[in-house]
Amino acid sequence: MSYDQWIKRSRSAQRAPGKTTLNGREIKLVYTPEDIDGLDYHNDLGFPGEFPFTRHPYSAGYRGRFWQMRLYSGFGSAEDTNRRWKFLLNTGNNGVSAAFDLPTQLGYDSDHPEVVEEVGRVGVALDSLSDFEVLFGGIPLDKVPATFNINDCGIIILSMIIALAEKTGVNLQSLSGSLANDILLEYLVRGTWRFPIKHSLKLHADVAEFCIKHMPRFYPVNIRGILLHESGATPALEVGISFAAGLRYIDECLKRGITIDDYGPRVSFFFASGQQFFEEAAKYRAARRLWARLIKERYGPRDPGSMVMKFTACFGGHWYQKREPEVNIIRAAYGILGPVLGGTQGMILAGYDEAFAIPTEKTQRLALRTQQVLAEETDAAACADPLGGSYLVESLTNRIESEIVAFLNDLESGGGILKNIESGNLQKKIHDLSYQSRLSEDRGERVIVGVNKYLAETGAGTEKEANLELHRLDPESIDRQLKRLGEVKRTRDGRAVISSLQDLRQAVWQDKNLVPAVVECVKNYATIGEITETLVDLFGEFREPRII
Amino acid sequence: MARSLKVLVAKPGLDGHDRGAKIIARALRDAGMEVIYTGLRQTPAQIANAAVQEDVDIIGLSILSGAHTGLTRRLKAELQKLEAENDFSVIIGGTIPLEDIPELKSMGVAEVFSNEEPIPNIVDRIKEIGQSMAGR
Repeated sequence: MSYDQWIKRSRSAQRAPGKTTLNGREIKLVYTPEDIDGLDYHNDLGFPGEFPFTRHPYSAGYRGRFWQMRLYSGFGSAEDTNRRWKFLLNTGNNGVSAAFDLPTQLGYDSDHPEVVEEVGRVGVALDSLSDFEVLFGGIPLDKVPATFNINDCGIIILSMIIALAEKTGVNLQSLSGSLANDILLEYLVRGTWRFPIKHSLKLHADVAEFCIKHMPRFYPVNIRGILLHESGATPALEVGISFAAGLRYIDECLKRGITIDDYGPRVSFFFASGQQFFEEAAKYRAARRLWARLIKERYGPRDPGSMVMKFTACFGGHWYQKREPEVNIIRAAYGILGPVLGGTQGMILAGYDEAFAIPTEKTQRLALRTQQVLAEETDAAACADPLGGSYLVESLTNRIESEIVAFLNDLESGGGILKNIESGNLQKKIHDLSYQSRLSEDRGERVIVGVNKYLAETGAGTEKEANLELHRLDPESIDRQLKRLGEVKRTRDGRAVISSLQDLRQAVWQDKNLVPAVVECVKNYATIGEITETLVDLFGEFREPRII
Repeated sequence: MARSLKVLVAKPGLDGHDRGAKIIARALRDAGMEVIYTGLRQTPAQIANAAVQEDVDIIGLSILSGAHTGLTRRLKAELQKLEAENDFSVIIGGTIPLEDIPELKSMGVAEVFSNEEPIPNIVDRIKEIGQSMAGR
């Protein structure tokens, strides 16, 4: 009996209302072998660690070790963040993940007159190597993996890592972690750009080239599809644009003689998770399979490791509600299921108070415990790809893969990713989706428990009512930061700073890899602002297409 | 003939998240208002100048970086410099903790919108603010 025949035989099946997933896919009542007709185990799934890596990137699955539970944090001055990092490490964080404030991300010093309100707010304030030394005080670079969400100014942070490693006698080869170094997505949806596209891509490749040569355990790029998701992109667009960016970064590096087998294994991704855990798991499986096929077809790598898509997932604060915020704890638990069932290599989970502010120690501890319970107390990670073979999930995996392919083909025939960023077309495409999605939410088309359905009688919203103690920026931390910056400027060798900034200019004119020159600047305690201004002077600044 | 309400939607400071600002800009435009969107990285001085030059009625600030109090204060100072402090209504949207709202209101901010507020409600409230300014 086929599905259609079955439907015809069952009155209740016929009467059952249709359903679409949160992402707009029509979902049947039940899935059957018909839905995966033609699926070939070896070509379409493969064993874990075998092309096309659909089931898991590594043969041992999670048996070797669980996904990296590495919560993101940073605020105030380096001391404040150092303290929070140590708390997180003691609570089970696998390494540290640095959030920088906006002035740092954009290359402005904390004493720049236009940025005073922003210092230390959305991340830690860094101005010079001195801050970086305090940030990592008691946190050995060679023992603790470190992730850095820094993009156009990534070369400066990389240089601080190198300078600190040298100062503390740590071999660069032993460093593990990653830099986002993902400027294309900044142009699209997050806005921490400084330089024009051409120059930003050169900086990207400089960073990648240096890491490939000297820091083999470090990922010099982490493409953050999650930003696209948070801006309204569908899963297909999230993965599609991320892949287009990834391929463009690879092409940029190949131009200077780096090979696919050099860079391929060092590319990593960062995707969103949602509560539709079957769809999310299918998305990651589709992404893994498609990336392997794309790399194979385009570049013909010799090393199978060049085709393995590795990613971190995040269930982020925009899923959380202000009303009855403790319910966000439940949302968090469901939100991490998709990535684990889908074979993620890492997971970030927002604290349940993140509908209001950046998280406190308490909510970050709970976020770690949520993951630890899943890993240690359930069987979600017991074997690789537990959903493999599911009629539903294999069918969804196929569908999502073809949606991504369709998008990539469209983008290619529309001129490619750079052209569509410059024109603002891609930004507009994302915003169109975002607008429609918001209108649909306002019409109540998505149920949000406790907010538009099952409303509590007494006011159960607001942080006051939920007895939440929120994070507040300590104003003294800004004073500390400014004091240290002043101290650095007073005590450093001013002439060495000027001379190393001049050498940086030379290196730009000679079209060299800029990392060594920036390292010299950093070692002389040139500030982030001074280094960035030098580059802005030579490169100019990006002009944003302002399309509503 | 009454001209349509003119709104400047601005992204002050360094915050690069423009989803909310663009949604509001589009919704207001769809509701028949004239909307100018400044794009990212606007200094308070640039916003004040744009508001005066474009002769808008309402200045809307979208801020998700936590820098709202400082940026609003600076915008007010810039408007004072241009002797235009009373020429506009200022509204704010973004990630604004409840406890900061009284201070913002005391600076003259007409309304602070939560990002969970349904768009039709925001549009209506902005229309109201526009109407209440008509008498000046």
